[in-house]
Amino acid sequence: MESFDYLFFLEVLTGGLLSGVMYSLVAIGFVLIYKTSGVLNFAQGALLLFAALTFVSLVERGVPFYLALVLTFAIMVLLGIGIERAVLRPLVNKPPITLFMATLGLSYVVEGAAQLLWGTQVHALELGIEDVPFKFYGVFISQFDLFASAVAALMVIGLTLFFRYTRIGLTFRAVADDQFAALAVGLRLPRIWATVWATSGLVALVAGLLWGARSGVQFSLSLVVLKALPVLVLGGFDSIAGAIVGGLLIGASEKLAEVYIGEYFGGGIEGWFAYAIALVFLLIRPSGLFGQKLVERV
Amino acid sequence: MAAITSQPVVSAKFPGWIAPLVILVFTFGIVPFIGSSYLIEALLLPFLALSLAGVGLNLLTGYAGQVSLGSAAFMAVGAFAAFNFNLRVEGLPLLVSIALAGGIAAAVGIVFGLPSLRLRGFYLAVSTLAAQFFVQWALTKFGWFSNDNPSGVIDAPKLTIAGIDFDSSTGRYYFALIVVTALTFFAWRVASSQTGRNFIAIRDNETAARIIGVPVLRTKLLAFALSSFIIGVAGVLWAFAYLRTVEPAGFNLDRSFQILFIIIIGGLATIRGAFLGAALMVVFPVVLSRVGSFLLGDLFDSGMLDMSQRIVIGALIIAFLILEPDGLAALGRRLTGRFRPNTPEPVG
Repeated sequence: MESFDYLFFLEVLTGGLLSGVMYSLVAIGFVLIYKTSGVLNFAQGALLLFAALTFVSLVERGVPFYLALVLTFAIMVLLGIGIERAVLRPLVNKPPITLFMATLGLSYVVEGAAQLLWGTQVHALELGIEDVPFKFYGVFISQFDLFASAVAALMVIGLTLFFRYTRIGLTFRAVADDQFAALAVGLRLPRIWATVWATSGLVALVAGLLWGARSGVQFSLSLVVLKALPVLVLGGFDSIAGAIVGGLLIGASEKLAEVYIGEYFGGGIEGWFAYAIALVFLLIRPSGLFGQKLVERV
Repeated sequence: MAAITSQPVVSAKFPGWIAPLVILVFTFGIVPFIGSSYLIEALLLPFLALSLAGVGLNLLTGYAGQVSLGSAAFMAVGAFAAFNFNLRVEGLPLLVSIALAGGIAAAVGIVFGLPSLRLRGFYLAVSTLAAQFFVQWALTKFGWFSNDNPSGVIDAPKLTIAGIDFDSSTGRYYFALIVVTALTFFAWRVASSQTGRNFIAIRDNETAARIIGVPVLRTKLLAFALSSFIIGVAGVLWAFAYLRTVEPAGFNLDRSFQILFIIIIGGLATIRGAFLGAALMVVFPVVLSRVGSFLLGDLFDSGMLDMSQRIVIGALIIAFLILEPDGLAALGRRLTGRFRPNTPEPVG
């Protein structure tokens, strides 16, 4: 490597940033639920798989694209309400780690149900966006990744506006801030939680479609949660901005590391490199980039 | 087993050592003679290995309150370390290489436990995933660990201790049972000692524990070390006694979750919980496949079995967390408690 190839570097960097956006998409679903109910929802990956699989199966059975989209969203809303009823409500006021384990169990149930319902074979998903890279100042950029980033940006803007300017968004923030106070002023916690889970179902649907279009709709889709976790740790569990920045950082450094230092480790380091970055970072800032500082009380 | 636990009690001062003694006599003296080799090979050996892993994880998660999602990684470290000690050090007795393997697993456990000094709760749970991915990657990537075996699947060495051959199915059962008994006793001693109380203090309130003088950092690392030691040895049992092959693929994330599920279902912070949970985890798939093929016939294929197994296990976890957060151990205690009023809650 005598002369550093800047163009190649830029290309790797852009590719990394764009795939980071895909991680952020998944991470946002986590953040939504964590903010409002203090639960690290391990089942987000399973929800993503469920949404994508349902959508694909509907389309394959001849349901028109948009109708399938609406139907899947409706199913995700029902699922969110069901989860609130069956899992969250009985576990109110339990330690967060108990809730985490419950979502671990939930992820098994949802994964199993999705595949029992729709089968285990791999489905191809065509969103009608061509994955042809185009040249931009000498750097190849994947059109599909660009589209995914645009969708992610739209979703973040939408969610931010929703949180800031709507009444439901206000109740979300109230619950996130202080559950007891929110209850005391008469907010209906169960209904709010169901709405949050439905919203994160929507996020799961969008992320599931984009991921599914890229790598096929199959069981491994639910494993993207493992990609999103270091992003969350890096960005802080309760910050949407953190999820975006964390995703970009992880995506970029993962790709750069794979290309530039991967060979010294014998390659294939992307499975754990993100975790290594997140860990090193956490040792410096234990609550992530944008996470709330933990206040200790005895 | 039910016959043991539901025995009517003669006096209120029912000594606590009777039940373990009865179980030991039963498992050492009776099971090998009445159990078929299918029972031993397919059910009892994985049960023993998983129970031991559960006991180890319970020290860390149940007693010390540090949730780990990387147990299978420490099992893998133990199995591969034992394999390599056995292979590369001439004339090393098997038990010594197993103990050393446990030591290596403990050392790796301390390294991956270091984040626990700064991180808590979810952040820590996520960081233990790093152990899972890193170890599995390292073991598949570097041929040295598997002695450059092209398939990555290596035969475990024969189980021979002091000239006695433990290679038959009954022999392997005895081998696993002896190791499990010894380490379970050790874990029970740890749990009921000052160290165990320190673990619990940290779990319940870390800041308060620090104020009353518990050396928090040292105790946390000790919890990681002890738990990884036991889990590492469990990995050796899994590979040497049960599968008789050493391969990284079996020690994946699902295995880590399985061990976590074992202690949730069995009961956190109990020794017997690990055994109850492991028994359920081992027996349940067998029962499910029988019931499934009985009800649905040929429709019930292996894919369906796999999926329904996932659903039922997940549902069980949720049900236990909601209905019986202290697991099967508490359930059993309440049932036997009818015969044994006014006894304090046992530590184990």
